[in-house]
Amino acid sequence: MAKLMDYDRALELFEPVLGFEVHIELSTKTKMFSDAPNYFGGEPNTNITPVDLGLPGSLPVVNGQAVRYAISLGLALGCSIAPTSRFARKNYFYPDLAKNYQISQSDEPIAFAGSVEVELPNGRMFTVPIERAHMEEDAGKLTHVGGATGRIQGAEYSLVDYNRAGVPLVEIVTDIIYGAEADAPELAKAYVSTIRDIVVGLGISEARMERGNLRCDANISLRRRTPEGEPPAPLGTRTETKNVNSLRSVERAIRYEIQRQAAILDDGGTITQETRHWHEDTGQTSAGRPKSDADDYRYFPEPDLLPVVPSAELIEELRAALPEAPAIRRRRLKAEWNFTDLEFQDLTNSGLVNEVIETVAAGAAPAAARKWWTGEIARTANAQGVDATTLVTPLQVAQLVALVDAGTLTDRLARQVLEGVIAGEGTPQQVVDARGLAVVSDDGALIAAIDEALQSQPDVLAKIRDGKVQAAGAVIGAVMKAMKGQADAARVRELVLERATALPE
Amino acid sequence: MTTDLTRLTADALATKLSSGEVSSVEATQAHLDRIAAVDGAVHAFLHVASDSALAEAADIDRRRAAGEEMHPLAGVPIAIKDVIVTKGMPTTSGSKILEGWVPPYDATVMTKLRAAGLVSIGKTNMDEFAMGSSTEHSAYGPTHNPWDLERIPGGSGGGSAAAVAAFEAPFALGSDTGGSIRQPAHVTGTVGLKPTYGGVSRYGAIALASSLDQIGPVSRTVLDSALLHDVIGGHDPRDSTSLTDAWPSFAEAVRNADVAGLRIGVIKELQGDGFQPGVMERFREALALLEGAGAIITEVELPSVEHAIAAYYLIMPAEASSNLAKFDSVRFGLRVNPKGGGTVEDVMSATREQGFGAEAKRRIILGTYALSAGYYDAYYGSAQKVRTLVQRDFAAAFANADVLVSPTAPTTAFKLGEKTGDPLSMYLNDIATIPANLAGIPGISVPAGLAAEDGLPVGIQFLAPAREDARLYGVAAALEALLEQKWGHTLLSQAPDLSPSEMNATDEGAV
Repeated sequence: MAKLMDYDRALELFEPVLGFEVHIELSTKTKMFSDAPNYFGGEPNTNITPVDLGLPGSLPVVNGQAVRYAISLGLALGCSIAPTSRFARKNYFYPDLAKNYQISQSDEPIAFAGSVEVELPNGRMFTVPIERAHMEEDAGKLTHVGGATGRIQGAEYSLVDYNRAGVPLVEIVTDIIYGAEADAPELAKAYVSTIRDIVVGLGISEARMERGNLRCDANISLRRRTPEGEPPAPLGTRTETKNVNSLRSVERAIRYEIQRQAAILDDGGTITQETRHWHEDTGQTSAGRPKSDADDYRYFPEPDLLPVVPSAELIEELRAALPEAPAIRRRRLKAEWNFTDLEFQDLTNSGLVNEVIETVAAGAAPAAARKWWTGEIARTANAQGVDATTLVTPLQVAQLVALVDAGTLTDRLARQVLEGVIAGEGTPQQVVDARGLAVVSDDGALIAAIDEALQSQPDVLAKIRDGKVQAAGAVIGAVMKAMKGQADAARVRELVLERATALPE
Repeated sequence: MTTDLTRLTADALATKLSSGEVSSVEATQAHLDRIAAVDGAVHAFLHVASDSALAEAADIDRRRAAGEEMHPLAGVPIAIKDVIVTKGMPTTSGSKILEGWVPPYDATVMTKLRAAGLVSIGKTNMDEFAMGSSTEHSAYGPTHNPWDLERIPGGSGGGSAAAVAAFEAPFALGSDTGGSIRQPAHVTGTVGLKPTYGGVSRYGAIALASSLDQIGPVSRTVLDSALLHDVIGGHDPRDSTSLTDAWPSFAEAVRNADVAGLRIGVIKELQGDGFQPGVMERFREALALLEGAGAIITEVELPSVEHAIAAYYLIMPAEASSNLAKFDSVRFGLRVNPKGGGTVEDVMSATREQGFGAEAKRRIILGTYALSAGYYDAYYGSAQKVRTLVQRDFAAAFANADVLVSPTAPTTAFKLGEKTGDPLSMYLNDIATIPANLAGIPGISVPAGLAAEDGLPVGIQFLAPAREDARLYGVAAALEALLEQKWGHTLLSQAPDLSPSEMNATDEGAV
């Protein structure tokens, strides 16, 4: 196990310098360069054409929808769109790469020089500089059989599934990110989360990290701090952590690498430039392939494809169709909903902003929508270890809130109804009907129960009549119990006071 | 009678097929018989598809008999260069690394041939992956020139040219990256045209150099090439570099051939030093005939042409090194397992070591080097700049001439084995043909006669601006008519008969 330095101590000695490469699988109907379905589940090697297999004589054709998606993403990242961009071949031999070159973009990417506003959990706003976003094709998937680790080392043989070969990707590359300081891990998480929000907002990717739709390679190096007045130290050697499959892992992996690198540097060691693999289970990274800047991919312009020359009209059309940027949208919603900083931060961190938006759109008050999603629903999701969005729909939550607002349900009853909805018993109304959970709003039934309770506790009745209104609590409790909780306590209280005076001495 | 059928042009055969005078089965069988008789000596074919060809022919005959509307060329046999992938017929591109591979799909040109009802009789020999000017780099042994079996038939498409010259097929498909259609036409007395880049789909042509490759027709007459070009040309959405232009009928251009007033620019740099006297003699004679028919002969300069071969031998290998990376044993073709097993890299290395010939390896190494970090600008980058200069030279020349002209190659067919030890002198064979590939413009080679000193065929090359392929068919057809009028016969009628009796006699030294 690697030696780690205390995080705060590491930050005292070193400045973390970051960089991210985020790959996004576009949800086009067909692949980047072939008409095979863009779907890589299912029977291996079925969603393939001669192009995806790199058969001799086959040629790529650019998927126009993928180009439009890439332009939209570039615009959402504040990038300039290249009037002419070009595909290039990245040459290297690997069995998951059918042609032994990947069609990517090299020095002429479709989008370049942008930035993304990211909000950190502590409320700090950070501008992440974007160097470029470029289009490329995914490789196939290797499965190494035999051997203990599932890695290629030690495997008896390997299987290749080319269903994923040619799936369209956009790779977003940041510039070097300075100034994150102690927020570096949170910035990493917030950046990837923002990218996810952007692509989901654009509707160009499923963006599910656990499925590999969105993959983050995190580059980090440490720069030793120098006393004030002295020139800054040169940048440190970086590592590139791969295989980071959740937002939480992004944050943890960065924190781990800062502590690991700091310990090595402080002991007088050097950092090896390499890829590192993140292990979710142990919360550590391990060394992968050494990587040098001298890796020679022999890039050259892809002669089988023409340059991509989007018209100014297309770019403007896509720009006009862009949804609101996540940071701006958050600011707007916070004001519209009249949430406190803390309330909004809480909601943002829960990742349920979209659910609340939709619940409000379905008629619920923002405060109620927030309360249900970040409260009872999030708790249940947590307990069940599932995503809150899989439990109920925003419409169901809005219906639940409406039932409470109408007085049909108390909060306590509503929680039971929610439980029924989550259990798949139907809409909130159906659960109310089936379980008979509605508030008893028939005053006659309530009065009968109140009269009985008052008459069975004459001392309490006397106190109420003497003006000791607090004494009513015991009667209210007895009535609520008799009504099995299906009564509005406020109404019961009103009626108790009324009956106490109305009843004959 | 069957021998007669092989002597017909594709156009004449098509007429007899349409009229019902001859069946496609008869025509196909005649060519299969001719192949059986002479291909042991010529070795134009790597694969003869007797069964499927006769079945296709029978199908055409049945459909024609049933009154179905047929393409005019339906039922005419055709030979296919082995660089083109063919469903159901093995496709090797002349390499051991693809031995026995039967593609699961058809090249777009094959789809078009099949739709027109042409009958594919087999796959023709070629230099491995179209790398060469003699077919001596074929992994399956060289093709022999029907005019002199000791000599090369040109390359890389020596198989297609020899098949047509030896009357084994009326016409054939070739591919031209630096002259692989035109130079074989030159040395075999046949016609070959490299279309404008993008004029014919490359989908299904096993790539040598993607930015230079182009499929085109090979035939005995200009009209037959035009008829074939009319079938295979046009936009293909599967090839992004395919032009979307609507093309005129090239056969129509042949029929309307007229050179009166046509400005023909003689390329100053492509004559003289290094050009065989007998080649230059036929060249000048052809120009005189054209001038006599009303053409205006001028001289043009292409100063960058002297750097064209150097640029070509950087761009072509660079692209080839990448295009040939897919031959790694993982998905198709040869697999060599090293002794005692090994990693996937070991298997890839062993396969490529054994599967590629010396010339393929030479070009892969050259191209890999030219693309390497630190060398890219000096080699690949500079070569691309030369390419731009060549294009500018052509643009300037075409301002003063409708077509340009040169000998197709500096010499007539050389002897087998003469240049295999000297790659540079082999490369120089393509000095006149390479510039058209660099510029993406069309070029045609037509027979100009026999060189006086060796009695071997000489070709003349015409070049036109991009998209003006029709112009080439016009001038080539006009020259063909003028020459045949002068000779009183076709050039190929003077070629050795190659009939088995004659060849046996030669073998026995009885001549």
